[in-house]
Amino acid sequence: MNIAEIQAYGYFAITVFMTVALYAYIYHLYKNRKDADGHDYEEYSNLVLNDDIGDTMVKPISDKKEK
Amino acid sequence: MENRPLEYDYTVAKMFMVTTIVLGIVGMSIGVFIAFELAFPGLNTILGSGLAEYTNFSRLRPLHTDAVAFGFTVSGIFATWFYVGQRVLKVSMAESKFLMFIGKLQFWLYIIGVAAAVVSLFMGYTSSKEYAEFEWPVDIAIVVVWVLWGVSIFGLIGIRREKSLYISIWYYIATFLGVAMLYLFNNMEVPTMLATSAAGESGIGSWFHSVSMYAGTNDALVQWWYGHNAVAFVFTVPIIAMIYYFLPKESGQAIYSYKLSLLSFWGLMFVYLWAGGHHLLFSTVPDWMQTMGSIFSVVLILPSWGSAINMLLTMKGEWQQVAASPLIKFMVLASTFYMFSTLEGPIQAIKSVNAIAHFTDWIVGHVHDGTLGWVGFMIIAALYHMAPRVFKREIYSKKLMATQFWVQTLGIVLYFTSMWIAGITQGMMWRAHDEFGNLAYSFIDTVDVLHPYYALRGTGGLFYLIGFFMFAYNIYKTMSARPVEEHELQNASPMGA
Repeated sequence: MNIAEIQAYGYFAITVFMTVALYAYIYHLYKNRKDADGHDYEEYSNLVLNDDIGDTMVKPISDKKEK
Repeated sequence: MENRPLEYDYTVAKMFMVTTIVLGIVGMSIGVFIAFELAFPGLNTILGSGLAEYTNFSRLRPLHTDAVAFGFTVSGIFATWFYVGQRVLKVSMAESKFLMFIGKLQFWLYIIGVAAAVVSLFMGYTSSKEYAEFEWPVDIAIVVVWVLWGVSIFGLIGIRREKSLYISIWYYIATFLGVAMLYLFNNMEVPTMLATSAAGESGIGSWFHSVSMYAGTNDALVQWWYGHNAVAFVFTVPIIAMIYYFLPKESGQAIYSYKLSLLSFWGLMFVYLWAGGHHLLFSTVPDWMQTMGSIFSVVLILPSWGSAINMLLTMKGEWQQVAASPLIKFMVLASTFYMFSTLEGPIQAIKSVNAIAHFTDWIVGHVHDGTLGWVGFMIIAALYHMAPRVFKREIYSKKLMATQFWVQTLGIVLYFTSMWIAGITQGMMWRAHDEFGNLAYSFIDTVDVLHPYYALRGTGGLFYLIGFFMFAYNIYKTMSARPVEEHELQNASPMGA
Protein backbone atom coordinates (compact mmCIF):
# COMPACT_ATOMS: atom_id res chain seq x y z
CA MET A 1 0.00 0.00 0.00
CA ASN A 2 1.57 3.32 -1.03
CA ILE A 3 1.20 6.67 0.70
CA ALA A 4 -1.57 7.86 -1.65
CA GLU A 5 -3.69 4.82 -0.80
CA ILE A 6 -3.12 5.31 2.93
CA GLN A 7 -4.13 8.94 2.53
CA ALA A 8 -7.28 7.95 0.68
CA TYR A 9 -8.34 5.42 3.35
CA GLY A 10 -7.46 7.92 6.07
CA TYR A 11 -9.50 10.62 4.33
CA PHE A 12 -12.50 8.28 4.03
CA ALA A 13 -12.23 7.14 7.65
CA ILE A 14 -11.98 10.69 8.98
CA THR A 15 -14.95 11.82 6.88
CA VAL A 16 -17.07 8.97 8.23
CA PHE A 17 -15.91 9.64 11.78
CA MET A 18 -16.64 13.38 11.56
CA THR A 19 -20.08 12.76 10.08
CA VAL A 20 -20.97 10.25 12.79
CA ALA A 21 -19.60 12.58 15.49
CA LEU A 22 -21.61 15.52 14.15
CA TYR A 23 -24.89 13.57 13.98
CA ALA A 24 -24.21 12.06 17.40
CA TYR A 25 -23.74 15.56 18.79
CA ILE A 26 -27.02 16.73 17.21
CA TYR A 27 -28.81 13.66 18.58
CA HIS A 28 -27.28 14.23 22.02
CA LEU A 29 -28.29 17.92 22.10
CA TYR A 30 -31.87 17.34 21.05
CA LYS A 31 -32.46 14.17 23.07
CA ASN A 32 -31.06 15.43 26.39
CA ARG A 33 -32.17 19.05 25.92
CA LYS A 34 -30.24 19.79 29.11
CA ASP A 35 -26.52 20.06 29.75
CA ALA A 36 -24.56 18.17 32.41
CA ASP A 37 -25.65 20.70 35.09
CA GLY A 38 -29.32 20.14 34.34
CA HIS A 39 -29.88 23.46 32.57
CA ASP A 40 -32.05 23.50 29.49
CA TYR A 41 -29.82 24.78 26.68
CA GLU A 42 -32.50 27.25 25.65
CA GLU A 43 -32.27 28.96 29.06
CA TYR A 44 -28.92 30.35 28.01
CA SER A 45 -30.69 32.88 25.79
CA ASN A 46 -31.43 34.66 29.06
CA LEU A 47 -27.74 35.50 29.37
CA VAL A 48 -28.52 38.25 26.85
CA LEU A 49 -32.07 39.15 27.79
CA ASN A 50 -31.22 39.63 31.49
CA ASP A 51 -27.74 41.07 31.26
CA ASP A 52 -27.88 44.00 33.66
CA ILE A 53 -25.35 43.68 36.42
CA GLY A 54 -28.08 43.21 39.03
CA ASP A 55 -30.22 40.76 36.99
CA THR A 56 -30.80 37.18 38.09
CA MET A 57 -28.08 34.93 36.85
CA VAL A 58 -28.67 31.82 34.77
CA LYS A 59 -25.92 29.91 36.54
CA PRO A 60 -23.95 31.87 39.15
CA ILE A 61 -20.28 31.04 39.50
CA SER A 62 -20.76 30.47 43.23
CA ASP A 63 -23.11 27.51 42.54
CA LYS A 64 -20.28 25.06 42.94
CA LYS A 65 -19.18 26.38 46.28
CA GLU A 66 -22.70 26.22 47.70
CA LYS A 67 -23.13 22.54 46.81
CA MET B 1 -19.09 57.92 48.71
CA GLU B 2 -18.04 54.40 47.79
CA ASN B 3 -21.61 53.13 48.00
CA ARG B 4 -22.51 53.82 44.38
CA PRO B 5 -24.07 50.72 42.80
CA LEU B 6 -21.77 48.77 40.53
CA GLU B 7 -22.07 49.68 36.84
CA TYR B 8 -20.56 48.39 33.66
CA ASP B 9 -17.61 50.52 32.59
CA TYR B 10 -17.56 51.32 28.88
CA THR B 11 -14.44 53.52 28.77
CA VAL B 12 -12.45 51.20 26.51
CA ALA B 13 -15.51 50.30 24.43
CA LYS B 14 -16.05 54.02 23.74
CA MET B 15 -12.43 54.49 22.67
CA PHE B 16 -12.72 51.69 20.14
CA MET B 17 -16.09 53.02 18.93
CA VAL B 18 -14.26 56.18 17.88
CA THR B 19 -11.58 54.27 15.95
CA THR B 20 -14.25 52.10 14.32
CA ILE B 21 -15.88 55.21 12.87
CA VAL B 22 -12.68 57.11 12.01
CA LEU B 23 -10.93 54.16 10.38
CA GLY B 24 -14.17 53.24 8.62
CA ILE B 25 -14.24 56.68 7.04
CA VAL B 26 -10.55 56.47 6.09
CA GLY B 27 -10.75 52.95 4.63
CA MET B 28 -14.01 53.46 2.77
CA SER B 29 -12.97 56.85 1.36
CA ILE B 30 -9.80 55.32 -0.06
CA GLY B 31 -11.91 52.45 -1.41
CA VAL B 32 -14.26 54.81 -3.24
CA PHE B 33 -11.32 56.78 -4.63
CA ILE B 34 -9.52 53.73 -6.00
CA ALA B 35 -12.80 52.39 -7.42
CA PHE B 36 -13.04 55.58 -9.47
CA GLU B 37 -9.36 55.26 -10.40
CA LEU B 38 -10.22 51.99 -12.14
CA ALA B 39 -13.05 53.68 -14.02
CA PHE B 40 -11.17 56.91 -14.75
CA PRO B 41 -7.41 56.14 -14.85
CA GLY B 42 -6.54 59.86 -14.98
CA LEU B 43 -7.22 59.94 -11.22
CA ASN B 44 -4.05 57.91 -10.67
CA THR B 45 -2.04 61.06 -11.32
CA ILE B 46 -4.53 63.52 -9.82
CA LEU B 47 -1.76 65.33 -7.89
CA GLY B 48 0.62 65.35 -10.85
CA SER B 49 3.05 62.71 -12.05
CA GLY B 50 5.59 63.72 -9.42
CA LEU B 51 3.28 62.52 -6.64
CA ALA B 52 1.81 59.64 -8.65
CA GLU B 53 3.71 57.24 -6.41
CA TYR B 54 1.33 58.12 -3.57
CA THR B 55 -1.90 58.36 -5.52
CA ASN B 56 -1.80 55.35 -7.81
CA PHE B 57 -4.08 52.36 -7.38
CA SER B 58 -1.45 49.87 -6.36
CA ARG B 59 -0.09 52.05 -3.54
CA LEU B 60 -3.55 52.81 -2.15
CA ARG B 61 -5.22 49.42 -2.52
CA PRO B 62 -3.53 47.76 0.50
CA LEU B 63 -4.34 50.88 2.51
CA HIS B 64 -8.01 50.39 1.65
CA THR B 65 -8.14 46.66 2.45
CA ASP B 66 -6.07 46.91 5.62
CA ALA B 67 -7.92 50.00 6.89
CA VAL B 68 -11.36 48.42 6.51
CA ALA B 69 -10.31 44.96 7.75
CA PHE B 70 -7.79 45.69 10.49
CA GLY B 71 -8.97 49.23 11.20
CA PHE B 72 -12.76 49.45 10.92
CA THR B 73 -13.66 45.79 11.49
CA VAL B 74 -11.08 44.93 14.16
CA SER B 75 -11.93 48.15 16.06
CA GLY B 76 -15.58 47.14 15.85
CA ILE B 77 -14.69 43.71 17.23
CA PHE B 78 -12.77 45.27 20.13
CA ALA B 79 -15.49 47.87 20.82
CA THR B 80 -18.22 45.22 20.96
CA TRP B 81 -16.09 42.85 23.03
CA PHE B 82 -15.50 45.49 25.71
CA TYR B 83 -19.28 46.01 25.77
CA VAL B 84 -20.74 42.52 25.30
CA GLY B 85 -18.03 40.76 27.31
CA GLN B 86 -18.86 42.61 30.52
CA ARG B 87 -22.61 42.25 30.11
CA VAL B 88 -22.94 38.54 29.43
CA LEU B 89 -20.29 37.64 32.02
CA LYS B 90 -21.96 40.06 34.49
CA VAL B 91 -18.74 41.64 35.59
CA SER B 92 -17.62 45.26 35.28
CA MET B 93 -14.26 46.47 34.00
CA ALA B 94 -14.41 48.88 36.94
CA GLU B 95 -13.88 45.91 39.24
CA SER B 96 -10.37 45.30 38.00
CA LYS B 97 -7.80 48.06 37.75
CA PHE B 98 -5.49 45.61 36.02
CA LEU B 99 -7.95 44.77 33.21
CA MET B 100 -8.78 48.45 32.80
CA PHE B 101 -5.09 49.23 32.42
CA ILE B 102 -4.58 46.38 29.93
CA GLY B 103 -7.61 47.56 27.92
CA LYS B 104 -6.31 51.12 27.67
CA LEU B 105 -2.79 49.92 26.90
CA GLN B 106 -4.23 47.74 24.15
CA PHE B 107 -6.03 50.76 22.70
CA TRP B 108 -2.99 53.06 22.64
CA LEU B 109 -0.67 50.39 21.25
CA TYR B 110 -3.30 49.71 18.62
CA ILE B 111 -3.26 53.40 17.68
CA ILE B 112 0.54 53.31 17.39
CA GLY B 113 0.31 50.13 15.30
CA VAL B 114 -2.29 51.69 12.99
CA ALA B 115 -0.17 54.83 12.55
CA ALA B 116 2.92 52.73 11.75
CA ALA B 117 0.93 50.59 9.30
CA VAL B 118 -0.59 53.58 7.51
CA VAL B 119 2.69 55.48 7.20
CA SER B 120 4.74 52.46 6.09
CA LEU B 121 2.20 51.32 3.50
CA PHE B 122 1.83 54.87 2.21
CA MET B 123 5.60 55.11 1.85
CA GLY B 124 5.52 51.88 -0.13
CA TYR B 125 7.04 49.49 2.42
CA THR B 126 5.28 46.20 1.95
CA SER B 127 6.01 42.52 2.29
CA SER B 128 3.78 42.04 -0.80
CA LYS B 129 1.54 39.39 0.77
CA GLU B 130 -2.12 40.24 0.32
CA TYR B 131 -3.80 41.28 3.61
CA ALA B 132 -0.42 40.66 5.31
CA GLU B 133 1.51 43.56 3.78
CA PHE B 134 2.94 44.90 7.03
CA GLU B 135 6.70 44.61 7.55
CA TRP B 136 7.90 42.67 10.57
CA PRO B 137 8.20 45.55 13.10
CA VAL B 138 4.51 46.38 12.53
CA ASP B 139 3.66 42.67 12.74
CA ILE B 140 5.26 42.51 16.17
CA ALA B 141 3.24 45.51 17.36
CA ILE B 142 0.07 43.80 16.11
CA VAL B 143 0.97 40.59 17.93
CA VAL B 144 1.44 42.53 21.18
CA VAL B 145 -1.97 44.22 20.76
CA TRP B 146 -3.53 40.84 20.11
CA VAL B 147 -1.93 39.23 23.17
CA LEU B 148 -3.23 42.13 25.30
CA TRP B 149 -6.70 41.51 23.93
CA GLY B 150 -6.31 37.86 24.94
CA VAL B 151 -5.41 38.99 28.46
CA SER B 152 -8.61 41.08 28.49
CA ILE B 153 -10.78 38.21 27.27
CA PHE B 154 -9.46 35.55 29.61
CA GLY B 155 -9.00 38.05 32.45
CA LEU B 156 -12.65 39.06 32.27
CA ILE B 157 -13.73 35.43 32.00
CA GLY B 158 -11.56 34.70 35.06
CA ILE B 159 -13.42 37.18 37.27
CA ARG B 160 -16.92 36.55 35.89
CA ARG B 161 -20.03 36.02 38.01
CA GLU B 162 -22.04 34.14 35.41
CA LYS B 163 -20.66 30.64 35.13
CA SER B 164 -21.85 29.81 31.60
CA LEU B 165 -20.14 31.40 28.66
CA TYR B 166 -22.75 32.77 26.29
CA ILE B 167 -22.37 31.68 22.64
CA SER B 168 -20.97 35.11 21.65
CA ILE B 169 -18.08 34.60 24.06
CA TRP B 170 -17.25 31.33 22.31
CA TYR B 171 -17.12 33.19 19.02
CA TYR B 172 -14.89 35.94 20.47
CA ILE B 173 -12.52 33.31 21.89
CA ALA B 174 -12.44 31.57 18.49
CA THR B 175 -11.62 34.92 16.85
CA PHE B 176 -8.75 35.44 19.25
CA LEU B 177 -7.28 31.96 18.82
CA GLY B 178 -7.91 31.75 15.08
CA VAL B 179 -6.30 35.07 14.17
CA ALA B 180 -3.37 34.46 16.54
CA MET B 181 -2.54 31.18 14.85
CA LEU B 182 -3.06 32.45 11.29
CA TYR B 183 -1.18 35.69 11.74
CA LEU B 184 1.88 34.09 13.31
CA PHE B 185 2.26 31.35 10.73
CA ASN B 186 1.66 33.48 7.66
CA ASN B 187 3.99 36.25 8.79
CA MET B 188 7.03 34.08 9.41
CA GLU B 189 9.56 36.23 7.57
CA VAL B 190 13.28 36.86 7.33
CA PRO B 191 14.72 40.40 7.15
CA THR B 192 16.60 40.73 3.84
CA MET B 193 19.61 42.08 5.76
CA LEU B 194 20.26 38.53 6.98
CA ALA B 195 20.25 37.10 3.47
CA THR B 196 23.30 36.39 1.37
CA SER B 197 23.36 37.09 -2.35
CA ALA B 198 24.30 34.45 -4.91
CA ALA B 199 27.71 36.10 -5.17
CA GLY B 200 28.27 35.63 -1.45
CA GLU B 201 27.77 39.26 -0.35
CA SER B 202 25.97 39.67 2.95
CA GLY B 203 24.41 42.55 4.86
CA ILE B 204 23.13 44.15 1.65
CA GLY B 205 19.43 44.07 2.41
CA SER B 206 17.48 46.28 4.79
CA TRP B 207 16.64 45.65 8.43
CA PHE B 208 12.91 46.28 8.13
CA HIS B 209 12.21 44.72 4.75
CA SER B 210 11.68 41.00 4.80
CA VAL B 211 10.82 38.03 2.65
CA SER B 212 8.52 35.14 3.49
CA MET B 213 10.09 32.13 5.13
CA TYR B 214 8.17 29.88 2.74
CA ALA B 215 8.86 29.66 -0.96
CA GLY B 216 6.85 29.09 -4.13
CA THR B 217 3.75 26.90 -3.88
CA ASN B 218 4.19 26.44 -0.13
CA ASP B 219 4.11 30.20 0.30
CA ALA B 220 0.92 30.38 -1.77
CA LEU B 221 -0.67 27.65 0.32
CA VAL B 222 0.15 29.27 3.65
CA GLN B 223 -0.87 32.67 2.26
CA TRP B 224 -4.34 31.48 1.23
CA TRP B 225 -4.82 29.34 4.28
CA TYR B 226 -4.29 32.67 6.04
CA GLY B 227 -6.12 34.86 3.51
CA HIS B 228 -9.31 32.86 3.49
CA ASN B 229 -9.31 32.32 7.23
CA ALA B 230 -8.82 36.03 7.75
CA VAL B 231 -12.27 36.20 6.14
CA ALA B 232 -13.35 33.49 8.57
CA PHE B 233 -11.95 34.89 11.79
CA VAL B 234 -12.22 38.64 11.11
CA PHE B 235 -15.27 38.94 8.83
CA THR B 236 -17.39 36.02 10.00
CA VAL B 237 -16.75 34.57 13.46
CA PRO B 238 -16.66 37.85 15.47
CA ILE B 239 -19.57 39.26 13.45
CA ILE B 240 -21.64 36.21 14.40
CA ALA B 241 -20.60 36.93 18.00
CA MET B 242 -22.12 40.38 17.56
CA ILE B 243 -25.40 39.33 15.97
CA TYR B 244 -25.97 36.62 18.61
CA TYR B 245 -25.88 39.36 21.21
CA PHE B 246 -27.31 42.45 19.56
CA LEU B 247 -30.28 41.00 17.63
CA PRO B 248 -31.87 39.15 20.59
CA LYS B 249 -31.13 42.12 22.86
CA GLU B 250 -32.51 44.83 20.58
CA SER B 251 -35.61 42.80 19.66
CA GLY B 252 -36.19 41.36 23.14
CA GLN B 253 -36.54 37.88 21.61
CA ALA B 254 -34.79 34.75 22.86
CA ILE B 255 -32.59 33.11 20.23
CA TYR B 256 -34.72 30.77 18.12
CA SER B 257 -32.56 27.78 19.04
CA TYR B 258 -29.58 27.92 21.35
CA LYS B 259 -28.79 24.30 20.44
CA LEU B 260 -28.52 25.24 16.78
CA SER B 261 -26.07 27.99 17.73
CA LEU B 262 -23.79 25.42 19.41
CA LEU B 263 -24.05 23.11 16.46
CA SER B 264 -23.23 25.78 13.89
CA PHE B 265 -20.33 26.98 16.01
CA TRP B 266 -18.55 23.62 15.90
CA GLY B 267 -19.51 23.10 12.28
CA LEU B 268 -18.00 26.44 11.31
CA MET B 269 -14.81 25.78 13.29
CA PHE B 270 -14.20 22.38 11.71
CA VAL B 271 -15.06 23.27 8.15
CA TYR B 272 -13.80 26.82 7.60
CA LEU B 273 -10.11 26.10 8.14
CA TRP B 274 -9.93 23.77 5.11
CA ALA B 275 -11.75 25.88 2.57
CA GLY B 276 -8.87 28.25 1.68
CA GLY B 277 -7.62 25.95 -1.07
CA HIS B 278 -10.34 27.34 -3.37
CA HIS B 279 -8.18 30.47 -3.84
CA LEU B 280 -5.61 28.28 -5.59
CA LEU B 281 -7.83 26.37 -8.03
CA PHE B 282 -6.04 25.73 -11.34
CA SER B 283 -2.69 26.66 -9.77
CA THR B 284 0.38 24.58 -8.93
CA VAL B 285 -0.90 23.21 -5.62
CA PRO B 286 -1.74 19.45 -5.60
CA ASP B 287 -5.01 18.59 -7.28
CA TRP B 288 -6.45 16.80 -4.26
CA MET B 289 -5.92 19.94 -2.20
CA GLN B 290 -7.83 22.02 -4.73
CA THR B 291 -10.67 19.48 -4.65
CA MET B 292 -10.65 19.52 -0.86
CA GLY B 293 -10.88 23.34 -0.93
CA SER B 294 -13.92 23.11 -3.22
CA ILE B 295 -15.69 20.45 -1.19
CA PHE B 296 -15.16 22.13 2.16
CA SER B 297 -16.38 25.41 0.67
CA VAL B 298 -19.64 23.79 -0.38
CA VAL B 299 -20.07 22.06 2.99
CA LEU B 300 -19.52 25.46 4.62
CA ILE B 301 -23.01 26.49 3.50
CA LEU B 302 -24.48 24.36 6.33
CA PRO B 303 -22.94 25.98 9.43
CA SER B 304 -23.17 29.44 7.85
CA TRP B 305 -26.85 29.08 7.09
CA GLY B 306 -27.33 27.47 10.50
CA SER B 307 -26.34 30.75 12.16
CA ALA B 308 -28.11 32.99 9.67
CA ILE B 309 -31.40 31.08 9.75
CA ASN B 310 -31.21 30.99 13.54
CA MET B 311 -31.08 34.79 13.49
CA LEU B 312 -33.92 35.22 11.02
CA LEU B 313 -36.10 32.76 12.97
CA THR B 314 -35.34 34.69 16.16
CA MET B 315 -37.59 37.35 14.60
CA LYS B 316 -40.41 34.79 14.16
CA GLY B 317 -43.74 36.43 14.98
CA GLU B 318 -41.99 39.75 15.49
CA TRP B 319 -41.55 40.89 11.91
CA GLN B 320 -43.37 44.14 12.61
CA GLN B 321 -40.18 45.15 14.44
CA VAL B 322 -38.28 44.95 11.16
CA ALA B 323 -40.67 47.42 9.62
CA ALA B 324 -40.70 49.67 12.67
CA SER B 325 -37.02 49.84 13.61
CA PRO B 326 -34.20 50.79 11.24
CA LEU B 327 -31.78 49.26 13.74
CA ILE B 328 -33.43 45.84 13.41
CA LYS B 329 -33.50 46.37 9.62
CA PHE B 330 -29.70 46.67 9.61
CA MET B 331 -29.33 43.38 11.47
CA VAL B 332 -31.92 41.44 9.50
CA LEU B 333 -30.38 42.60 6.23
CA ALA B 334 -26.93 41.77 7.62
CA SER B 335 -27.93 38.16 8.24
CA THR B 336 -29.65 38.04 4.86
CA PHE B 337 -26.47 39.25 3.17
CA TYR B 338 -24.57 36.68 5.20
CA MET B 339 -26.76 33.95 3.73
CA PHE B 340 -26.41 35.40 0.27
CA SER B 341 -22.64 35.73 0.50
CA THR B 342 -22.15 32.25 1.97
CA LEU B 343 -24.14 30.77 -0.90
CA GLU B 344 -22.30 32.79 -3.53
CA GLY B 345 -18.85 31.85 -2.17
CA PRO B 346 -19.36 28.07 -2.41
CA ILE B 347 -20.78 28.47 -5.92
CA GLN B 348 -17.61 30.34 -6.96
CA ALA B 349 -15.49 27.63 -5.34
CA ILE B 350 -16.91 24.89 -7.60
CA LYS B 351 -14.16 24.18 -10.14
CA SER B 352 -16.22 24.66 -13.29
CA VAL B 353 -17.66 27.98 -12.05
CA ASN B 354 -14.24 29.06 -10.85
CA ALA B 355 -12.85 28.52 -14.34
CA ILE B 356 -14.86 31.62 -15.30
CA ALA B 357 -14.85 33.49 -12.00
CA HIS B 358 -11.16 33.25 -11.01
CA PHE B 359 -9.31 36.61 -11.13
CA THR B 360 -12.45 38.45 -12.28
CA ASP B 361 -14.47 41.24 -10.66
CA TRP B 362 -17.14 38.75 -9.61
CA ILE B 363 -14.81 37.81 -6.74
CA VAL B 364 -14.51 41.47 -5.78
CA GLY B 365 -18.30 41.69 -5.87
CA HIS B 366 -18.60 38.63 -3.61
CA VAL B 367 -16.19 40.05 -1.04
CA HIS B 368 -18.10 43.32 -0.98
CA ASP B 369 -21.61 41.97 -0.55
CA GLY B 370 -20.17 40.13 2.45
CA THR B 371 -18.22 43.03 3.88
CA LEU B 372 -20.59 45.91 3.09
CA GLY B 373 -23.82 43.98 3.66
CA TRP B 374 -22.90 41.65 6.48
CA VAL B 375 -19.83 43.01 8.30
CA GLY B 376 -20.49 46.74 7.76
CA PHE B 377 -24.21 46.59 8.57
CA MET B 378 -23.69 44.47 11.66
CA ILE B 379 -20.97 46.72 13.09
CA ILE B 380 -23.08 49.79 12.33
CA ALA B 381 -26.07 48.19 14.08
CA ALA B 382 -23.92 47.18 17.06
CA LEU B 383 -22.63 50.73 17.51
CA TYR B 384 -26.16 52.15 17.17
CA HIS B 385 -27.32 49.78 19.90
CA MET B 386 -24.33 50.59 22.12
CA ALA B 387 -24.45 54.39 21.69
CA PRO B 388 -27.51 55.08 23.88
CA ARG B 389 -26.17 52.73 26.56
CA VAL B 390 -22.63 54.10 26.71
CA PHE B 391 -23.68 57.78 26.42
CA LYS B 392 -26.96 57.40 28.36
CA ARG B 393 -28.69 59.35 25.61
CA GLU B 394 -31.23 58.49 22.93
CA ILE B 395 -30.04 57.99 19.34
CA TYR B 396 -30.14 61.41 17.72
CA SER B 397 -32.32 60.64 14.72
CA LYS B 398 -34.34 57.62 13.65
CA LYS B 399 -35.15 59.25 10.32
CA LEU B 400 -31.49 59.77 9.52
CA MET B 401 -30.79 56.15 10.43
CA ALA B 402 -33.56 54.94 8.11
CA THR B 403 -32.27 57.15 5.28
CA GLN B 404 -28.77 55.83 5.86
CA PHE B 405 -30.10 52.27 5.66
CA TRP B 406 -31.73 52.79 2.27
CA VAL B 407 -28.85 54.81 0.80
CA GLN B 408 -26.35 52.14 1.83
CA THR B 409 -28.56 49.27 0.69
CA LEU B 410 -28.85 50.88 -2.73
CA GLY B 411 -25.06 51.31 -2.73
CA ILE B 412 -24.51 47.60 -2.02
CA VAL B 413 -26.97 46.54 -4.72
CA LEU B 414 -25.22 48.76 -7.29
CA TYR B 415 -21.89 47.38 -6.17
CA PHE B 416 -22.56 43.67 -6.44
CA THR B 417 -24.79 43.74 -9.52
CA SER B 418 -22.21 45.74 -11.50
CA MET B 419 -19.45 43.38 -10.37
CA TRP B 420 -21.48 40.30 -11.34
CA ILE B 421 -21.94 41.57 -14.86
CA ALA B 422 -18.36 42.85 -15.09
CA GLY B 423 -16.90 39.62 -13.71
CA ILE B 424 -18.82 37.22 -15.90
CA THR B 425 -18.22 39.41 -18.99
CA GLN B 426 -14.52 39.47 -18.18
CA GLY B 427 -14.35 35.71 -17.59
CA MET B 428 -16.14 34.93 -20.84
CA MET B 429 -14.01 37.35 -22.87
CA TRP B 430 -10.74 36.01 -21.48
CA ARG B 431 -11.69 32.48 -22.46
CA ALA B 432 -13.21 33.20 -25.87
CA HIS B 433 -11.20 31.86 -28.78
CA ASP B 434 -11.61 31.10 -32.46
CA GLU B 435 -11.58 27.67 -34.11
CA PHE B 436 -7.77 27.63 -34.13
CA GLY B 437 -7.47 28.43 -30.44
CA ASN B 438 -6.42 32.07 -30.91
CA LEU B 439 -7.81 34.35 -28.22
CA ALA B 440 -10.74 36.38 -29.50
CA TYR B 441 -9.99 39.44 -27.38
CA SER B 442 -6.96 41.27 -26.08
CA PHE B 443 -6.87 42.47 -22.46
CA ILE B 444 -7.64 46.08 -23.38
CA ASP B 445 -10.87 44.98 -25.10
CA THR B 446 -12.17 43.81 -21.72
CA VAL B 447 -11.10 47.07 -20.07
CA ASP B 448 -13.14 49.00 -22.65
CA VAL B 449 -16.26 46.92 -22.11
CA LEU B 450 -16.00 47.09 -18.31
CA HIS B 451 -15.84 50.89 -18.05
CA PRO B 452 -19.57 51.53 -17.34
CA TYR B 453 -19.66 48.80 -14.68
CA TYR B 454 -16.59 50.24 -12.97
CA ALA B 455 -18.25 53.66 -12.93
CA LEU B 456 -21.39 52.06 -11.44
CA ARG B 457 -19.34 50.25 -8.80
CA GLY B 458 -17.65 53.51 -7.81
CA THR B 459 -21.10 55.12 -7.51
CA GLY B 460 -22.36 52.24 -5.35
CA GLY B 461 -19.33 52.63 -3.09
CA LEU B 462 -19.91 56.37 -2.91
CA PHE B 463 -23.53 55.78 -1.77
CA TYR B 464 -22.27 53.48 0.97
CA LEU B 465 -19.68 56.06 2.04
CA ILE B 466 -22.30 58.84 2.14
CA GLY B 467 -24.42 56.57 4.36
CA PHE B 468 -21.41 56.02 6.58
CA PHE B 469 -20.99 59.77 7.03
CA MET B 470 -24.68 59.94 8.07
CA PHE B 471 -23.89 57.21 10.61
CA ALA B 472 -20.88 59.11 11.97
CA TYR B 473 -22.94 62.31 12.24
CA ASN B 474 -25.81 60.48 13.95
CA ILE B 475 -23.49 58.95 16.55
CA TYR B 476 -21.73 62.28 17.07
CA LYS B 477 -25.05 64.06 17.68
CA THR B 478 -26.17 61.23 19.99
CA MET B 479 -23.49 62.32 22.47
CA SER B 480 -25.50 65.49 23.13
CA ALA B 481 -29.06 64.20 22.52
CA ARG B 482 -31.86 63.81 25.09
CA PRO B 483 -30.66 61.98 28.21
CA VAL B 484 -32.52 58.72 28.89
CA GLU B 485 -33.45 56.72 31.97
CA GLU B 486 -32.14 53.23 32.64
CA HIS B 487 -35.56 51.60 32.03
CA GLU B 488 -35.64 52.94 28.46
CA LEU B 489 -32.55 50.91 27.65
CA GLN B 490 -33.95 47.43 28.30
CA ASN B 491 -34.45 46.29 24.71
CA ALA B 492 -35.36 48.51 21.75
CA SER B 493 -32.99 51.46 21.66
CA PRO B 494 -34.55 54.87 22.30
CA MET B 495 -34.44 57.08 19.21
CA GLY B 496 -35.30 60.71 18.53
CA ALA B 497 -37.42 61.56 15.50
